[in-house]
Amino acid sequence: MTAVQIALDAVGVQLGAQQALTGVSLRIDAGERVALVGANGSGKSTLLRTLHGLLPHSQGQVLHAPGVQQAMLFQRPHLLRLSALNNVALGLWLDRQRGLNWKAAQAMALQALQRVGLQSVAGQNGRQLSGGQQQRLALARAWARQPDVLLLDEPTASLDPHAKREVETLMAEFAAGPTAAQPVTLIWASHNLGQVKRLSTRVIYLEGGRIMADLPVADFFNPVLLAECSPAAHAFVQGELS
Amino acid sequence: MNTFSDSVIAALQLITSADPALWVVVARSLAVSATACLLAYGVGVALGAWLAVARFRGRGAVLLGLNTLLALPSVVVGLVVYLLLSRTGPLGFLGWMFSFKAMVLAQFILVVPVVTALTRQVVEDVERQHGEQWASLGAGPWLRSLLLAWDERLALLTIGVTAFGRAISEVGAVMIVGGNIDGFTRVMTTAIALETSKGDLPLALGLGMVLLGVVLLLNALLAVIRRWGERRHARPLPVIALDGVHP
Repeated sequence: MTAVQIALDAVGVQLGAQQALTGVSLRIDAGERVALVGANGSGKSTLLRTLHGLLPHSQGQVLHAPGVQQAMLFQRPHLLRLSALNNVALGLWLDRQRGLNWKAAQAMALQALQRVGLQSVAGQNGRQLSGGQQQRLALARAWARQPDVLLLDEPTASLDPHAKREVETLMAEFAAGPTAAQPVTLIWASHNLGQVKRLSTRVIYLEGGRIMADLPVADFFNPVLLAECSPAAHAFVQGELS
Repeated sequence: MNTFSDSVIAALQLITSADPALWVVVARSLAVSATACLLAYGVGVALGAWLAVARFRGRGAVLLGLNTLLALPSVVVGLVVYLLLSRTGPLGFLGWMFSFKAMVLAQFILVVPVVTALTRQVVEDVERQHGEQWASLGAGPWLRSLLLAWDERLALLTIGVTAFGRAISEVGAVMIVGGNIDGFTRVMTTAIALETSKGDLPLALGLGMVLLGVVLLLNALLAVIRRWGERRHARPLPVIALDGVHP
């Protein structure tokens, strides 16, 4: 039986006057690749931020299995005016649990850059890299922390097709984990249904801050089954595909 | 010497002839304003960066007060510092009245709100956009504010120059607490006011030109630094050497 890594029980999130999430309950097992889909404002990003502890929840419970390490990637990564290497090293140095000194952080950062194929630009300013390179750099920053769960908020939304493919390949490789016995759980928000189909094992459809469908990927892309399980999700998918 | 052009020519002669009367005043002005700005910059950047990320009851009122202090009239600062430093005032025991230190204190009070408010704005804007990314990496609010302030160092440099411009060009505060004493507390702005009232327009104009020149030089220096910074960021940055690790 696969271990449950994250459990949400009737979680609600209030953002100002708006109820951004309502009664969200789900269990995510180790090694799952969960895609969050839905229209803008449906609660995908809010759910990711709540899972990562960046937003407090006003109702329910968010539980993580003991010792689970998480990292999060954003649509537009923010890099400091430092070299690519030092940007990754800083991310590691900030991880207090790891307690690395600067030299050790740099050595690990270099490995992470090699992992994403950016070792040749290690000395270049992170801000001067292309959008795709910046996102790969952010992936390296996240990967270097050796997370059990990787959360990604529309990681390829602002990239060109080539960069999209590169990031997607890295996501798939990271999800496979350092060994087959230690897969990394991926939870990501996306508008790209093709990418969802290629990468995910499970799809959660959100609308108005509520989960309207939570299905294995094959079922989600089966129009008959989806229409039966969730007419709202079916309408969304048809709208996106048409 | 009653025409503008005659005054300008005489002023230029004063400047080029390295007239000690002029350059002593210029040096004192620079020393007072630079000291006040360095102190105010240290305090203001730290306070502004903290205010950018701190959330506490009454923060809105503090920011409103801070923004109001941006328009603080220098004569009011002079008056307050005068009351503080006068013999019967709470800081009278320091014996700073009509001294270099009194002028530094007045200009410090004048520019601290400028540095604080502008730093707060710069850091808060970046924090609002990207703060959660650094929070997700484990940076707490204070560390985040320092990182983001460091990252916006070119903008903070501009704030420093703005503060210096405000300090060196003010006249009210230094006049009140310095007393415009020849050879001790006379600075460019107080000297300009005095020489104009005496009718010595060339000296007043000469000082005015130097004052403008100083601000011009500072801005030029800032532009050079910014351009250097941009070029430096476009080139590969040196990676701190690691034993046995080569990118």
